[in-house]
Amino acid sequence: MSPSVPLQEMIRAIRSARTQCEERGVIQRECAAIRAQFRQTDNGGRSHNLAKLLYVHMLGYPAHFGQMECVRMIASPRYSEKRVGYLGAMMLLDEKQDASLLITNSIKNDLSHSNQYVQSLALCTLACMGSAEMCRDLAPEIDRLLRSSNSYIKKKAALCAVHIVRKVHDLGELFVPSARSLLSEKNHGVLHGAVVLITELCERSPETLERFRKTVPDLVQIMKGLVISGYSPDHDVAGVSDPFLQVRILRLLRILGRNNEAASDAMNDLLAQVATNTDSTKTVGNAVLYETVLTVLDIKSESGLRVLAVNILGRFLLNNDRNIRYIAMTSLQKIVSTDHNAVQRHRGTIVDCLKDQDASVKRRALELSLALVSASNIRSMMKELLIFLSSCPPELRAQAASGIFNAAERYAPSKRWHIDTILHVLTTAGGDVRDETVPNLIQLITNTSELHCYTVHKLYRALLTDISQQPLVQVACWCIGEYGDLLLKGECQETEAVQVTEDDVLDALEIVLQSHMSTPTTRGFALTATMKLSTRITDNVDRIRSIVSIYGSCIDVELQQRAVEYNALFKKYDHMRAAVLERMPVIQKNSLGQTNGELSEEPMKESQPGKVKQEETALPPQPAGQVVDLLDLLGGSQEPLQPGSSVGGSASTQLTAAPTSAGGDLLDLLGGFEPTPLAPAPTVTVYEKNGVTLTLSCEQQSESGLTVTLTASNSTDSDISGFTLQAAVPKSVQLQMRAPSRDSLPAHGGAKLTQLVVLNNPNKVNLKMRIRVSYTCQGSVVQDMVQVDSFPGL
Amino acid sequence: MQFMLLFSRQGKLRLQKWYVPLSDKEKKKITRELVQTVLARKPKMCSFLEWRDLKIVYKRYASLYFCCAIEDQDNELITLEIIHRYVELLDKYFGSVCELDIIFNFEKAYFILDEFLLGGEAQETSKKNVLKAIEQADLLSPEIQVKLIKGKHDDICPLNVNFVA
Repeated sequence: MSPSVPLQEMIRAIRSARTQCEERGVIQRECAAIRAQFRQTDNGGRSHNLAKLLYVHMLGYPAHFGQMECVRMIASPRYSEKRVGYLGAMMLLDEKQDASLLITNSIKNDLSHSNQYVQSLALCTLACMGSAEMCRDLAPEIDRLLRSSNSYIKKKAALCAVHIVRKVHDLGELFVPSARSLLSEKNHGVLHGAVVLITELCERSPETLERFRKTVPDLVQIMKGLVISGYSPDHDVAGVSDPFLQVRILRLLRILGRNNEAASDAMNDLLAQVATNTDSTKTVGNAVLYETVLTVLDIKSESGLRVLAVNILGRFLLNNDRNIRYIAMTSLQKIVSTDHNAVQRHRGTIVDCLKDQDASVKRRALELSLALVSASNIRSMMKELLIFLSSCPPELRAQAASGIFNAAERYAPSKRWHIDTILHVLTTAGGDVRDETVPNLIQLITNTSELHCYTVHKLYRALLTDISQQPLVQVACWCIGEYGDLLLKGECQETEAVQVTEDDVLDALEIVLQSHMSTPTTRGFALTATMKLSTRITDNVDRIRSIVSIYGSCIDVELQQRAVEYNALFKKYDHMRAAVLERMPVIQKNSLGQTNGELSEEPMKESQPGKVKQEETALPPQPAGQVVDLLDLLGGSQEPLQPGSSVGGSASTQLTAAPTSAGGDLLDLLGGFEPTPLAPAPTVTVYEKNGVTLTLSCEQQSESGLTVTLTASNSTDSDISGFTLQAAVPKSVQLQMRAPSRDSLPAHGGAKLTQLVVLNNPNKVNLKMRIRVSYTCQGSVVQDMVQVDSFPGL
Repeated sequence: MQFMLLFSRQGKLRLQKWYVPLSDKEKKKITRELVQTVLARKPKMCSFLEWRDLKIVYKRYASLYFCCAIEDQDNELITLEIIHRYVELLDKYFGSVCELDIIFNFEKAYFILDEFLLGGEAQETSKKNVLKAIEQADLLSPEIQVKLIKGKHDDICPLNVNFVA
């Protein structure tokens, strides 16, 4: 048996091993020696052996045979052995190991040891790895130690109690009286431990929180002492007196002042003082300021104090230290919905942070920027966001793209701008957009009839440049198919027209069809578009016929089916072709909740060959409105099919094939429809008078949070302008109305108005809402009120 | 705090303190992933990052990365101060501490950490008191002596405590 070498020589030997294999050899030899030593009876080098084993364990080698040795060492009377034994217990044992129970007795004995350093070892180990049973066993002991006169032990006992409370929540009751008395201590260590303990107790139980509210004046006193008093060398860090204690007290004050006017009032002055007096040139001062800001924003502080807090965050944003900027943005994110205007003032700096090198800072800046977009700054913000999108790291692209879409949808100043923006996003980050983008964009395009010419020209040009971005290609194909005639006419008011021949267009579509970059879905789009063109062009119908028949023997089943059906359309049902392939009608944005029975099964098949899975990032929840739009495409375009099939006469398999192929055409639009559709939120019509209809749907966001969507439409012959909605709710419910999507309702249901209302009902009272409708129609002002007593889906 | 890791620029673990119960396998997995993530960061980047559902605060002192995992409600900036305080304690104890000191006297590094943090929270906010306690405890255990080895090694580089990055 090789003689065991002292710890440091072993470490040197291991480090000088040149290969992994050599190292393993050294370690194996050492472990064998250690194991042998463990089996021997007491000798002087036991602690060395265990220490060696712990080193080996840190390198990643198995060391479980040392567990029993730890237990034995802990029970040894020698301090040095106890020390290493306890260290070993913290490293090798955890509550999942059975051996950990064996040390409970030793810990119990050591907690009452005469030497405070032995007591401290036991307390430390219990706080680090004490299991629930151990905690239950030893809690009374800890409580006793909390009352001892030794500060050294008291401070450790306090933190040990924190661990116990975290493990066994009920034991919190036991520590409440002692925790209270600890607040009158002078020793900073004990105070710190006491504050942490009280924080933990208050977070666990609201009744305890109520009881500890009375301590607010004491805490304020202690803080004042720290902030105002002179230099105390023991606890000073760069000019701030005991920042660790200050931060913990501020955090406790936050919990005590939350939702409580009286407590918040009591700490107002103090918070103002800390905010103004703390030196913010070093990190430590900023740490205290940060905690102060968090507290101010969370309690019921007066507005002057809130402004002060937001200004501090604004200063942080300009700080050279990247960490501080990051912290500032994280905090601003929390208050952007409540103190929106205050945060808007710092919009410029936040947008600048989008250009920061650091990915974490970029992410924060992106989230904040998206939250700050409003109707007034949409154009400039969008410019910045689009620049950001072109150079942003890949993991943020999906989030940025969907954020941009949401913002564009809410605040688009004009349809053309909206379409341009979406096209821009598709060209820059087409691979990262969500699947509903394609049908949404298509719906948007069909609705903007005045821009059909412009859109198709733009898309055609985009198609010529690049066919790798699938969503863009799909939309482009669809548009070319629909509006190819406008493209060929060659004139357009909004943009420079290109002279396009029919061959050019068919070439472009064929390239898409044949490219290996196109997914099967995209190919489907292209094929259908080619087919549609057969009614819109004059000369090259034969070419289309040949393309379509080639794909009749394509390997891809979907394409093959389409091609065969289109072939049939050419041969047997040529007379119907024009009707089947005519221009799509303007798609209505209907209220939520319409499902389309048989066709809704089709999307399941469609999505399989669908999109390549993009990088997973946290995506914001889909607005329920988008599910509707897809289903609407099915609903809306059923109409042209019916006359088509009835012309043909009686039903036959071929006849039903025709509508199915056109239906397949529609389902194309659903290309990327996700297989798990959202449960559509139920809608009720709450108001219907004089042609104005108001529908309401709601969605439970969280335990007390609720989002209500109000949709208004106008079915009269005249336009309605100045349409506003006001809402009132019971006293305890918090209400926030988001900006409406528009303020006018064109006649004949030309467009709908949606407005989101965010409610918070913490007391869970019976929810009622009174809505006042006010608008101008044919020169006269109309005002009406409606009360909603029951909410669908609640 | 949920855990603290110290590792070198080559990814070798020098100290690990876990305040939450996890199996050995999980600890190894977390360590591996986190070390990879932190080492991939560029020098001028933010000291905070989000990882799983935790906030990670890390700081590099010479050749050693000090990495802490804190919870949502914890203050990141004060955690940076905690890391700095720990480095100051090591520095005072070893006298211009460098990575080698921590390698060859790892158990001492643990003892110092255990005098400063307890159950993941700071237990003593005065530097002087922590060092005094360690001193006293050392007197009780004469067998474990501190052998400061400063020979010819290329990874000797004091952790440069006074440099505030």
